[in-house]
Order: sequence, then C-alpha cells, then structure tokens
Amino acid sequence: MSEAVHNPFAGSDFETKKLRKENRVKGFMLLASLVLIVPILVIIGYLIYKASPVLSWDYIWGDPGPLGKSGGIWLPLIGTFYLVVVSLILVAPIGILAGVYLNEYAPNNWFTRAINMAVTSLAGVPSIVHALFGVGCFVLTFKMGESLIAAACTIAVMTIPVIVTATREALASVPQSFRDACWNMGATKWQTIRTIVLPNSISGILTGIILEISRAAGETAPILFTGATAAVAINTSDLGTKLMPYDLDDRFMALSYHLHVVAEKISGMPEEMKYGTAAVLIGLILVVNSFSISLRLYLRTRKKW
Amino acid sequence: MSTHIDFLDVSVFYGAHKALDEVTLSVERNEIFGIVGPANSGKTTLLKAINRTIDLVTGTKVVGEVSIDGQNVNSIKNVNSLRRRVGMVFPLPVGLPLSIYENVAYGPRRAGMHDPEKLDEIVERCLKQSVLWDEVKDRLDSLGTKLSGGQQQRLTLARALSLEPEILCLDEFSIAIDPVTTMKIENVLVELKKDMTIILVTNLIQQAHRISDHVMFLNDSQIVEMGDTQQMFSSPKQELTKKYLSGEMG
Repeated sequence: MSEAVHNPFAGSDFETKKLRKENRVKGFMLLASLVLIVPILVIIGYLIYKASPVLSWDYIWGDPGPLGKSGGIWLPLIGTFYLVVVSLILVAPIGILAGVYLNEYAPNNWFTRAINMAVTSLAGVPSIVHALFGVGCFVLTFKMGESLIAAACTIAVMTIPVIVTATREALASVPQSFRDACWNMGATKWQTIRTIVLPNSISGILTGIILEISRAAGETAPILFTGATAAVAINTSDLGTKLMPYDLDDRFMALSYHLHVVAEKISGMPEEMKYGTAAVLIGLILVVNSFSISLRLYLRTRKKW
Repeated sequence: MSTHIDFLDVSVFYGAHKALDEVTLSVERNEIFGIVGPANSGKTTLLKAINRTIDLVTGTKVVGEVSIDGQNVNSIKNVNSLRRRVGMVFPLPVGLPLSIYENVAYGPRRAGMHDPEKLDEIVERCLKQSVLWDEVKDRLDSLGTKLSGGQQQRLTLARALSLEPEILCLDEFSIAIDPVTTMKIENVLVELKKDMTIILVTNLIQQAHRISDHVMFLNDSQIVEMGDTQQMFSSPKQELTKKYLSGEMG
C-alpha cells in the first residue's frame, strides 16, 4: 500500500465498538437459546434409547399384561386420550364464553377486577390441591364416584384459568379498529364478536386450549384420587371395545398414572416397560403439540390482514 | 333549508382533559359543513359525539346537548339505530378481514337485509360512489384488507354509504388518496348532499374551500369562527382564522 485510500464508509471508532458489542450480545443470546434445547433433546433421546426394546406397533396397540410387566400400553393411552377429549368438551365452552366476556364486555370495575384476580389465583393453585378438590366436589358431593367424568371435571377446573387467559390473548390479537369500524355501522357488540372477532381468533383459542389440556392430562395428581386405576378388567377382543373401552362412570387407566405405578409401585419391573410408558406419554404430548403448532402455522399463512 | 344537527354548549372531557369546550353550532340539512383546525383541536371528538361512539371510550364525559332533527341523541334508546343513520369515515383506513363485497354488505346484513339482489345493488352503488368500482369489480371476493391504503380508505367510505345514512361524517377521508381520485370523490360528495348532510373534517383547507357550504374553524377545543365558506375565506373576522387559512399560523 503506497498510499492510504480514503474510504468514506469506514466506521469511526465508536461505530466499530458498537458493532462488536452487538455481535457479543447476540452471541450470548444464541448460547442461552442453545442451552434451552439441550435438556429436551437429552430427555427425548435417552427415553427413546432406553425404551427401544419395547417400542413397536404391538406395544402401542397391545393391552398391558399382568402388573404391567409385559404386554402393551393401549388401555392407558386411550384412557388419557378420552380424558383430554372429555375435559375439552367440558371446559371449552365455559372458558371461551368467560374469556369473551372479560375481554369484550366487562366494564373496568371492582367486580371485573375481582374475577381477574380469582382467575390468576386459581392458576396458582397446586395440582394436588385441585385433586383433593376434585375428590370432595365431584367424587363425593356430586356422587360421580371415582370415574372418567370426575377426573375430567377435575382437569377442567384445573385448566380453566389458563384457558380463559389463552382466550383473552387470542381475542386481543384482533385489532381494536375492526371493532370500532363495526360499531360505527350500528353493529351490536355480539354481531361484531360473531362476525369479525371470533372467526379471526377461534383457531388461536382452540390451539391454546388443546395445548393446555394435554399438558394438564400429563399430570398424575389430579387423576390420582378421582378416577385413575392401575388395572382394568376389560375384554378388548372386539374393535368397538378396543376403541371405546371406558364409559364415563368407569375407572380408567391413564399414561401418567400408569407410569407412576410401573415406575414405583411394582418391584421387579423390567426397565424398558418403565421407559416405554414415559416415551409414549411424552410422544403423545409431542404429537398434540405439533398438531397445535402446525394448525397455528397454517392459519398464519391464511391471516386476513 | 332547515337545521339538521344542533350542538348546544357541548363540552367533552377525557378524564380531566377538555377536548371540546362549550361548542354551539347548527348544521343545515343537505349541506356540506366543513371543519378545519390544527391537530388536537377537537374535530374527531365532535364527530364521535354525534353518533355517540364517544360513549365507547372509557372515562369520557359529555356535557350539553347534541341533537338530530331536534331529538337529543342521548335520549335515543337504541344507539345502534342512531349509528346506522350516521355514516362515519375515519382517517385510518380499516378494511374488515372479509371480502370486498362483504365489507360493503356488512352494515346492511347486520341491519337484517338478506336479499342477495338488493345487496348486489347496494355493493355496486356504494363502490361506484366511492370511485372504487372500476378497480375492484372483477375481484369482489378478494380480501378487503389486502387493498392498498388509498383503496381501503375508499372501501371504508363505501361501507359508510351502504346504510344510506342521513348524515355522513368524513374525518380526513382523503389523506391516503391521490389528488385525481380525491377530486372525483369530491364531485360525488357534492352530488350526495342532495340526499344527506355531510360533515367534512379536513386538513386540506382548499378542499373545505372547494366543496363546503359553511366552514367552522376549531382551535384548542373552541370555535374560533364559523360562517359561510366564501365569506370566511374572503374576509375572515378573526386574525387567527386569517392566519390559519393562509397557512401562516404557528
């Protein structure tokens, strides 16, 4: 270099320094994000590795053998599935209606604030307390007995605060200007909600609800005393019984409780049966999650504004 | 001509802030009433007081009397029927997340109109009046929200016309619309005033000069001057009006 060429775009010292800082900060954040996914990968990888001797179609489709030491996982799997479905049917209407009221109608007064506080507090109640409430309320007082419906009611009560919150968030994502435009044309609030607000948020609401309930159904405590059982005497030789083994007032098997039993209660349990149950449980939750996520992604491409 | 809309000592408070200060005015039937004034002078608030959408803003208080055809708007039990009679176009264009056709048919449908032929008629008439028809007639089923800003603004105007309002309030309707189209819409407005009373809030002083019959100058929540358009533009009584109209205020 004979002569330093003047570069008009060369950064000042300050510009160089702030660029370096930008890269450093970005690096830290990337690192934190990587740390985040390590446990997930380790858990899933380890489970699949340990469960691999039993994981097969026969394991998923087969009924558990004596004490769960052999055989498959079908009855607990379908039990958890029905638990989710029944809870969903119970909680979705109440959660959605309450969420719509709180977001669209409720005036800002002490009553609304009290409801909001109740919702927040309810979300903080531990699941074992919900379980005891379920026993007292549904099993004993309403005389449902230990049954699928009592467990589903308990799950429903447990998830309602999160669902109200999810509903409100989905509704709040619809721009206020749409509501103003409708009101200016003499549409009532309900007409506006029915024609504009709900159609553009219902998918977000449902996604949130499915996600929340499947998460709750993976818990053991709420179903421990309300309807889950370690074994059921059901003859599943015909397909109808196989697909619908439980009535609403039957006790049922569920994956989370099954895991609790095979992992802790029975001695001499083959390792792979424990890990197999855990793998199927986490697999079920992952399937539901990816269903929710793909629904959300699909709807994002169809976003109307 | 008879008076259509009356404001009698109307003040509007947003909490402690006074957005409109003892405004008294009357708008005659079938005229274009222009309102000019700087930002924050209370123009939009005044419009919202007419169809009572101001009630939807929390913490507002309206004092005084707004009346249409001598009837106090606060005494109207069914506020939705009032809002159907008053068409509103606000400066930010809002295409509803529906097809172009459904955007215009929205108001009539909510008012209980379900005859497909009549709806077709309304949609065509309103889109023509808002000078949007030629641009969208071949794609009425595409989304209204995907139109350009200026097109959405004309869609908003079409929607406001869909209920055949007796009063049409336009709040800076032309900020995103090109001058040629603006002129076309202005011509339509002059036609429309045969059927309705139009209140035109505008930042384009020349627009008020061109098409309004009376003009009001609002500043700082108060009326500075109000009167016949020609007279006010040629010989304003107040010094402030003169400065504002000639672009020298501030």
